[in-house]
Amino acid sequence: MEEMENLRNRLDAMLRSQRLAVLSTTGAGGAPYGNLVSFAPLGAGRLLFATTRETRKYENLRADARVALLVDNRRGVEADFHEALAATALGRAVELTGKDREEGIAVYITKFPFLEEFVRAPSCALFRVEVERWIVVTRFQNVIEVTPLP
Amino acid sequence: MNVTLPLDRVEPRDRERVGGKGYALARMARQGLPVPAALLITAEAYRHYIRGTGIGEAIALEINRKIAGEMRWEEMWDAALRIRNLFLRTPLPGGLRDGLARAIEESFRGVAVVVRSSAPGEDSATASFAGLHESFVNVRGTEAILDHIRLVWASLWSDAALLYRRELGLDIATSTMAVIVQEIVAGDRSGVAFSVSPGEPSRSVIEAVHGLNQGLVDGSVEPDRWVLDRSSGRILTHRPATREKAVYAADSGVDVRPLPAALAGTPPLAPEEVHLVFRTVLDVEQFFGSPQDMEWTIRSGSLYILQARPVTAGGPDGDQRAWYLTLRRSLENLKALRQEVEGRWIPAMTSDARALAGVDPAALSDEGLAAEIERRRSLLDKWTGVYYAHFIPLAHGIRLFGQAYNDALRPADPYEFMDLLGGTEMISLERNRLLARMAGRIRENPQLAQSLRQGARAGVDGAFDADVETFSRTFGDLGCGTDRCFSGHDALFGLLLRMAEAPPVRERFDAGEIEARREAFLSCFAGEARQRAAEILDLGRASYRLRDNDNIHLGKIEGALLAAVDEGKRRLGRTLGGAASALSAEETARALRDPAWRPQGAIPQREGKGPDSALRARQLRGQPAGPGVARGPARVITGPGDLLEIRAGEILVCDAIDPNMTFAVPLAAGIVERRGGMLIHGAIIAREYGIPCVTGIPGAAELIRTGDRVSVDGWLGIVTIEGQPSL
Repeated sequence: MEEMENLRNRLDAMLRSQRLAVLSTTGAGGAPYGNLVSFAPLGAGRLLFATTRETRKYENLRADARVALLVDNRRGVEADFHEALAATALGRAVELTGKDREEGIAVYITKFPFLEEFVRAPSCALFRVEVERWIVVTRFQNVIEVTPLP
Repeated sequence: MNVTLPLDRVEPRDRERVGGKGYALARMARQGLPVPAALLITAEAYRHYIRGTGIGEAIALEINRKIAGEMRWEEMWDAALRIRNLFLRTPLPGGLRDGLARAIEESFRGVAVVVRSSAPGEDSATASFAGLHESFVNVRGTEAILDHIRLVWASLWSDAALLYRRELGLDIATSTMAVIVQEIVAGDRSGVAFSVSPGEPSRSVIEAVHGLNQGLVDGSVEPDRWVLDRSSGRILTHRPATREKAVYAADSGVDVRPLPAALAGTPPLAPEEVHLVFRTVLDVEQFFGSPQDMEWTIRSGSLYILQARPVTAGGPDGDQRAWYLTLRRSLENLKALRQEVEGRWIPAMTSDARALAGVDPAALSDEGLAAEIERRRSLLDKWTGVYYAHFIPLAHGIRLFGQAYNDALRPADPYEFMDLLGGTEMISLERNRLLARMAGRIRENPQLAQSLRQGARAGVDGAFDADVETFSRTFGDLGCGTDRCFSGHDALFGLLLRMAEAPPVRERFDAGEIEARREAFLSCFAGEARQRAAEILDLGRASYRLRDNDNIHLGKIEGALLAAVDEGKRRLGRTLGGAASALSAEETARALRDPAWRPQGAIPQREGKGPDSALRARQLRGQPAGPGVARGPARVITGPGDLLEIRAGEILVCDAIDPNMTFAVPLAAGIVERRGGMLIHGAIIAREYGIPCVTGIPGAAELIRTGDRVSVDGWLGIVTIEGQPSL
């Protein structure tokens, strides 16, 4: 129970400190596809990530906006099994344009100042994931679902 | 890599590698003090084993199943049991094994040894781990010595050691263990000596027994005790023991035997020998420069120092170590406890319960009822105290047997031993058998079923009516001892009708299977060891049975109190209305005496700022407590009425099953409990019926709602909540 009470704080801290997430999209014929993306959180319910448009993931997202994003804090050591926190966001990705895109870029470059040129390029798309649910795993096998409230 | 050091090769820089105890022995040997020959196994050997086999992370997963504060000590037992089994079943990596075997053979050449713990940081001036880690006396042969080195390593993770380190705030993740393999000195007299008495700085204390000092150290043999003046060496007092038993070396390990009459009348030490021990412990104190606690033995007139460590600054009562030490009990100690519980406490408790049943609260005046409530309250307090002081400690008999079983058979399932405890005559099983018989009659007799459904009480089936009568007389009302009692037979008939709709439930083992398993266990031993194994099994079964029965008896006393309180509330309802139902026993008695008294109002709850997300448990990890996997709708027990609503195939979810609730278990497909541990009643009964069970899920009854689809993985201790079927 105490674990659940701390969970929001731990999730929030991890989303702020981690830089990369594994993005899953759906390709032609329903084939799954996964890759690393840099991401920036926007509160509990939304995330930003960027990709250039000539990529498989962009092509996949144009056809099917549903995504899963895995963020975790593993260190690549054995102790990860009992120490690491892993959170999977389930939701839909929306490409931002106009004022939304400008505001999103401001948040994104606060976290990734070295990616400013990349994210501002006309060939780069900025997506916002509307998270329907987080599935958060602690201690190897404890699973808590976190639903962002509107 | 050099993982062994003979005593004479230990340098000051090796202190951390060999642990405080091993280092002290090496220094004494160099000084020419009389210590037995020994080989030190350094902490690197432990680390090599932990890393080389990968069991380090397996241990970390065990002790991090939950945050430490939410782990009950019974769950610590379980984690420690599983960890110990990991050590038992994980062989030494080849290179390490060969290196150790060579050094052991060269050092001992078939001589029997003592295998002792020597954890770095174990004994300091502020904390003493004396007795928390294991030592094994009289181990013979390289293979056996290698096995016991692993058992000493495993004792770093015993529940007592885990709890003690948690209390001291030590980081358990970095703990390590060195081992002393010491030639055995089969002394004829042995004991301990404190150069400074923990309570009185001007005095020294010496304790001695005939034979080896294992009995003194674990409390099963009472020592003679001398108190000496430190400055003059004069003996101030000698308190003789009732010398009845002594510990001697057996073929392997040790035995407690009756003391021959000639020795029983003689103190283990003559006055000049008391002075020899006294002078030696002062020499050791002077050598180390601080007060010492020394274990010694005398063989054929020569004194040997077995180990020495600093006397802890706070003295033996400075922390909770004494309590943690009670987590390890010897067979002797438990046999005596069993006699006391069976011969004295259970009969007295049953007699109190019977006496209470003979007093009808409805027939008393208000004043008489108030007095009766208070009497029953104080009886319940008394018996609850006895329960904690004597009945719970007896549960260690189950552990003792479990450890003996796992050591002998090294099973893949560390709880396999519980199958051998099954089928013992437990009251809750007898009650369930009678319920099953009544349900069987309803199943076979449609006319009886029909009449019960229509609210008829008796008169259709004479045998059924007789069983109902027997049931009420023997077991009282269903649900007594939960929160309150139920009156009348409606609850019973409702339950029986639902039981009759489901197929009959069987217990897992019959007597023949249990007998075969008993023989498989005993056949691992021969001679005296077999006799001892049979005694340990017998003790294990007795503790297992009592663990269940004592709660039923306590439940009767609790039921009697509740019956009197209910009668009081019924009377008070006339003046207090609904408020009467919330009164405690004390308030009820008070209100009966003083008609003007009114209860205090409830405190309103405050509301905080709402969070930005909603949490829902999807999968929870607890302790595996009954193997198998089950799925079904949850039946969450938050009040006594919920239990009687249970239907066949449901997953029973509750805070804690007490034995008075176990009548509902045969209907359940699976069990989930907040309270953790293998030896709790829910787990015991679940195992009897082969029902998957997971315990130690914090907040189980709040996180899961009645009707949620739940799966219970009793192999791994995982509960998955699918959610409401219609959401």
